[in-house]
Amino acid sequence: MNIFSQARRTLGQPDPNFGAPLDTTKGTILYVEGISVSFDGFRALNNLNLYINEGELRCIIGPNGAGKTTMMDVITGKTKPDEGSVYFGQQINLLELSEHQIARGGIGRKFQKPTIFEALSVYENLELATAADKRVWWTLTQQLNSAQKYRIDEVLLQIGLAELRHKDAGALSHGQKQWLEIGMLLMQNPRVLLVDEPVAGMTGEETEKTAELLVSLAGDHSVIVVEHDMKFVRSIARKVTVLHQGSVLTEGTMDQVQNDPKVIEVYLGE
Amino acid sequence: MLTQRLLLSDRGGMIVLGLVLIAMVLVPVCNLLIPETSSLHISTFMVTLLGKFLCYALLALAVDLIWGYCGILSLGHGAFFALGGYAMGMYLMRQIGPRGQYGDPLLPDFMVFLNWSELPWYWQGFDMFWFAMLMVIVIPGLLAFVFGWLAFRSRVTGVYFSIITQALTYALLLAFFRNEMGFGGNNGLTDFKDILGFPIAADGTRISLFLASGFMLIIAYIACRYIVTSRMGKIIVSIRDAETRTRFCGYKVESYKLWLFVFSAVLAGIAGALYVPQVGIINPGEFSPLNSIELVVWVATGGRGTLFGAIVGAFTVNYGKTIFTSYSPETWLFALGALFVIVTLILPNGLVGLFKRNKKTPTENTVTAVESKTETAATKETV
Amino acid sequence: MRNQTPLFGRWQVQLILLLSLCCSASVFAQDAEISTTAAAIDTAPTEALATTAPEFDTLVKALTQGSLPKRAQTAKKLGQLDDPRVIPIITALQQGSLYAEKSVDPLVAISDNAGNYVNALNGEKIPATQAEPLKRVPINNTMRSQLRTLLASLNLNDKKPAVRLNAVNRMIADGVDEDTIALLQERQKTEPNEDVRDAITTAFALMNLQSEKASVRIDAIAVLRGSLQQEVRSALLDIANNDSDIKVKQQAQFALDSIEDRISAFRLTENIFFGLSLGSVLLLSAIGLSITFGVMGVINMAHGELMMIGAYVTWVVQQLFPNQIAYSLMIAIPSAFIVAGLVGIAIERGVIRFLYGRPLETLLATFGISLILQQAARSIFSPLNRAVELPEWMSGSLVINPVLSITYNRLYIFIFGLIVFFALLAILKKTSLGLKVRAVSQNRAMARAVGVRASWVDAMTFGLGSGIAGIAGVALSQLTNVGPNLGQAYIIDSFMVVVFGGVGNLWGTLVGAMGLGIINKFLEPYAGAVLAKVLVLVLLILFIQKRPKGIFPQKGRAAAD
Repeated sequence: MNIFSQARRTLGQPDPNFGAPLDTTKGTILYVEGISVSFDGFRALNNLNLYINEGELRCIIGPNGAGKTTMMDVITGKTKPDEGSVYFGQQINLLELSEHQIARGGIGRKFQKPTIFEALSVYENLELATAADKRVWWTLTQQLNSAQKYRIDEVLLQIGLAELRHKDAGALSHGQKQWLEIGMLLMQNPRVLLVDEPVAGMTGEETEKTAELLVSLAGDHSVIVVEHDMKFVRSIARKVTVLHQGSVLTEGTMDQVQNDPKVIEVYLGE
Repeated sequence: MLTQRLLLSDRGGMIVLGLVLIAMVLVPVCNLLIPETSSLHISTFMVTLLGKFLCYALLALAVDLIWGYCGILSLGHGAFFALGGYAMGMYLMRQIGPRGQYGDPLLPDFMVFLNWSELPWYWQGFDMFWFAMLMVIVIPGLLAFVFGWLAFRSRVTGVYFSIITQALTYALLLAFFRNEMGFGGNNGLTDFKDILGFPIAADGTRISLFLASGFMLIIAYIACRYIVTSRMGKIIVSIRDAETRTRFCGYKVESYKLWLFVFSAVLAGIAGALYVPQVGIINPGEFSPLNSIELVVWVATGGRGTLFGAIVGAFTVNYGKTIFTSYSPETWLFALGALFVIVTLILPNGLVGLFKRNKKTPTENTVTAVESKTETAATKETV
Repeated sequence: MRNQTPLFGRWQVQLILLLSLCCSASVFAQDAEISTTAAAIDTAPTEALATTAPEFDTLVKALTQGSLPKRAQTAKKLGQLDDPRVIPIITALQQGSLYAEKSVDPLVAISDNAGNYVNALNGEKIPATQAEPLKRVPINNTMRSQLRTLLASLNLNDKKPAVRLNAVNRMIADGVDEDTIALLQERQKTEPNEDVRDAITTAFALMNLQSEKASVRIDAIAVLRGSLQQEVRSALLDIANNDSDIKVKQQAQFALDSIEDRISAFRLTENIFFGLSLGSVLLLSAIGLSITFGVMGVINMAHGELMMIGAYVTWVVQQLFPNQIAYSLMIAIPSAFIVAGLVGIAIERGVIRFLYGRPLETLLATFGISLILQQAARSIFSPLNRAVELPEWMSGSLVINPVLSITYNRLYIFIFGLIVFFALLAILKKTSLGLKVRAVSQNRAMARAVGVRASWVDAMTFGLGSGIAGIAGVALSQLTNVGPNLGQAYIIDSFMVVVFGGVGNLWGTLVGAMGLGIINKFLEPYAGAVLAKVLVLVLLILFIQKRPKGIFPQKGRAAAD
C-alpha cells in the first residue's frame, strides 16, 4: 500500500467524534463480519459474525475461552483481527481506528474487573468521562459547563451514587465500583455499550439493581452484555448469542437457546 | 479564583515557595551588604551552592511531574539537564572569544587543540544569547519529543521505559565523551569568562544567577501546579492509576504522556542551563546514569506526587550530600544506597508523607504499569 | 514387538558404550603419545651425552677458536651430532649472542636479551662476576649465511613436525635461494607430514616465480593461489605490478584476488567469533537477569554488583591458592555461585519481597543496594583494580592460519557461556524447582493455589539468578581487571539483551546476546567502539518500536494484558 492510498483512506474515513451523527439507516448499528484472531496458533476467534441492532439489549454467553473478551477487544480496537471487518453504522470502519477514537465515537466498554480512577472522587471520575474535547491542550483550560454538570447529576442518580459523589472512588464497594464504571460509560454518550461480566461478585440485591439499570439503558443505547450468571441473563435477555470456540454457536431467545441440543452438548458434555 | 486553585489550597507549596522567596531576599543582602567579618555574612561559595540546589530543585520538579503524577519513571532526565547545560555552555564558550589560551577569536580552545580549522555548523549562532536560550528549550524538548513519540507510540511502559531512558542517557554519555563530537570530549566545556557581558565569577553575577534560578523555580512551580490542578492533571493521574480505562474514556494517552514528557524535559533543560554558569563547567559526566537515578531518589525522598515534596527532597538530599562528602566521602555512597532502600521500603510517600498521614497513599494503588501484579501485591500486604 | 523394544534399547546402550570407549581410548592414546615424547626428550640428552659428550665439548670449544672457514667446518661437524644442545648454540653464534673466554679451554656461554649468561655446555647460570672475561665470538657475513643454512637444515630434520614447518616458513620469510631449495628438495623426499610438504611446495613456487620462463611463473602462481602467507602476497603483488608478461600479470592478479577473498572470509569469521565472544559475555551477564526479570517481574539493578562479587571471589580464591592457578577456577566457579547466590537470597528476603508488584520501586531499591555493594567493594578491596592471573591453559591463542587466530580465554568463555545456558535450561525444564519457577512465572496466584510456596520459589529463583551472575563474574575476571565498577559496565548492556530478546525467554536471551554481540563487532570497524555502542543503543530503541516485547515475546493470554 503506498502512502497516497493510505492518506486517501484516512481522509475518506470520517473521524467519529462526540455527537457526530451516525448512519444507521439499515437499523443495524454494529456489523462484525468474518472475524478471526489467533494468538500463537491458538484461534481465539474463528470467522465470527455478529450483528447488533440499534437500541437492542443482547446477551452473549459461552464457556470459558469461547472468545467473548477477545470479541470485545476487537470491537474496541484493543486487538486487531487477522481477518474480517467491523463496521459501526454504515460507514465507519472500526478496524482503522484506535481505542480512543472508538471510545470518542460512541462505543463504551466496561471491563471484567472494575477499573475506575481510585485516586479521584466519584464526581471527578464522571467528570473525566464526560463527552467533551479530549485533546491535550483543551483539557489544560477546560471547565465543566452547566449542561455537563447537569448531565453528571443525572447519571449520578441513574447509577444510584448521588449521595456518594464526593467520596474517593477507591473507597466504594465492589458493586458501587461497577455502577460507577457504567456511569462513566454513560457520560460518554455512547451509542453502544459493551459490558463485560457486570454482576460477577455482586450480592443478590446488587445484581437485581444492575439488571434494572441495564434494561433501562437499552432503547437509548445498544447494550451488549457478556455474562456467566444464567439467572441474571434470563432476567434481562431478549436475544441471546452463544459463542463457542471463537464463533457463534446459536442465537435466539433464552428458551430457544437453552433447548438447543448443540448448546446442551457444549455446556453439559455428551 | 486562579490563585486559590494554584496556591492557597496548597499549604505545603506555599510554605516552600515562601522559604524560597525569603532566601531570595536574605541571601543577596547577607552576601553583598553585610561585611565579611560579620557572622551573618553569606559567602559567595554558599550563594553558588544554594543556587545549585535551586537548579536541582527545578530538575526534581520536572521528574516529579512525570513520575509522581503520571507514573512514568524516567531514568534519563539527567540527559535533558545536561543538554540544556551544554547549550548554555556553548554560549559561554563563544563569549570567551580571543581570551582563550590559544587566542583564536572564533574557535574554542579544545577545537584549536584538535586542529580544527573552522567552527562546526552546530556551533553557529550560539554567540547570541537569545539563540542559545532558545536552544536550551528546543534541544531537550526535541529529543524528548522524538524519543517519547517513539516510546509511547509503541506503548513502552513501566520498567521497559525506565531501562531505555537509561540507555538513552548512557548512549549520550558515550557520544559526548568522543572528541569528534565537538563538545570538548572528556573535559567538556569550561573556563567561562563572562555571561551577557558580566564577569561570571563576580559576586554580583553569582547573586543574579541565584535570583534567576529562584525565579525560574517559582515560575515552574506555578506552571506545574496549574497543570496538575487542571482537568489535564486529573487525566494524568488517571493514566498513572488506570491507563486502559483512560484510553477507553476517549483520551489519547500517548499524547498526554508525550506532552508532559516534553514539558518535563524542557524544565530539566532550563535547570541545566542555570546550573552551568554557577558551577562553571559542563562535562559528559552529567550524562552518567547514576546522576539520573540519583535525582529520582531526591523526588522519592521528598515525596512524589506532591510538587513541593520534590523541592524538599532535592534540598534535603543534596544538603546531606554536601555534609557527607566534606566529612567522609566514602560513606556518602553507603548513605545514598541506604536512602534508596529506606525510602522505597519505609517511606513510600517521602518526608512530606510523614506530615500527611490522613491522605490516601498513591503507592498502594496501581502506580505501576503491571496491573496483573497488583493483585498479588494486595494479597501480600493483607497476609 | 514387545521383544524389540528392549533389544533396541540394548543396542543403544552398546552404541553409547562403544562411543565412550572410543573417546577414552583416543584420550589414552594421546596421553600415551605425549608421555612417550616427553620421555624421549628427557632421555635423549643423557644418551647422547654418553656417546658424544667429549666430542661435543671439544667441538663447541673449537667453534670459538681458529679461522673463520675452519670454524664453519666445526659448525657443520657439530650439526651432524645428534644433540639437542646444538641448535641453541648455533643459533646464538649466528645471532651474535655466543660468548667465550680467550683461553685454550674456554668457558662458552650464551647470553639472553637481558644480559644474563648461561653455560653453553651444561646450561648452568654464570654469575655476573665470572662473566667479566667473556667476549663475543666473532663471525662475518659469509659465515652468517652458512650458519643460517645449517640451522635451517637442522630444524628441517627435527623430529617434531611443528619445528619443521616453522623452519620452512622461516626460510620462506627469509627469501628462498638455491641453497635452501636444495635443502628443501632433499627433505621433500622423506617428509611424512602434509603441512610441511605443502609449505615446501609453496617455497618451490616462490622460487619458480623468479624463473625466466613465463609458463613456469604461471604454474607457480597457480600453486600459490589461496595461500595466506604475507610473503606470498607481496611476491604476487610484485609480479602483478611489474612482470613483463601481461598474462603472468593477469594470473598473479587473479591469484591475489582469490587470496584477498579468502582473507576477507577469514576476517568475517574472526568478526563473527569476536561477536560471539562478546555475545557469550553478554549472555552470561544477562541470563541471570532474564530469570529474575522474567519470572518475578523484578528489575535487579544490583545484578552487575553480583557479577562483581563473583569476580572478587575469583581473585580471593587465587590469593588463597597462589600456586594452584590452573585449578583455582574450579574452586572459584562454585564458590562464586554460592557467595553471589547467598547475597542474592539475602537481598530478596531483606528488600525485594516487600516490593513485589511494584517494579519501579524494586528498581530503585536494588539500585541502592548496588551502590552499597560497590562502595563495600571499594572499602574492602580498595578502589584499585585487581588483576586475576590467567591459568596457563587459558592464555595464548589458537592459530588456525596466518590471518585467523582465536584467543583461548575467549574460546573457553564462549563454551562456558553455552554450558551455563544449557545447564540452566535443563534446570528449568527437568527439575522440580524449574517446574515451580515456570508455574509461578505464568500464574502466580494459581501456582500458590496448587500448593507451590511462591515465596520460597522467589527466593530460590533470585538465588539462582544471582548465583549465575556470580559465575558470569568469574568469566569476566578472565577478560578484564576486577574492580568495583566491573558490574556497572555490563548492566545496561545486559538489560538491553533482555529487552531485545524478550522477557522471560531464555532462548530469546541467547539470540539477543549473540545478536547484539555480533552487531556490535560488525559496526566497530566502521564506526569505532564507542560509536558502535551508541548505534546499537539507538537501533535497539528503534527495534522496540517494531517489537515492543522483544524477539520472542512471552506467549499466552496473560502476556496480552
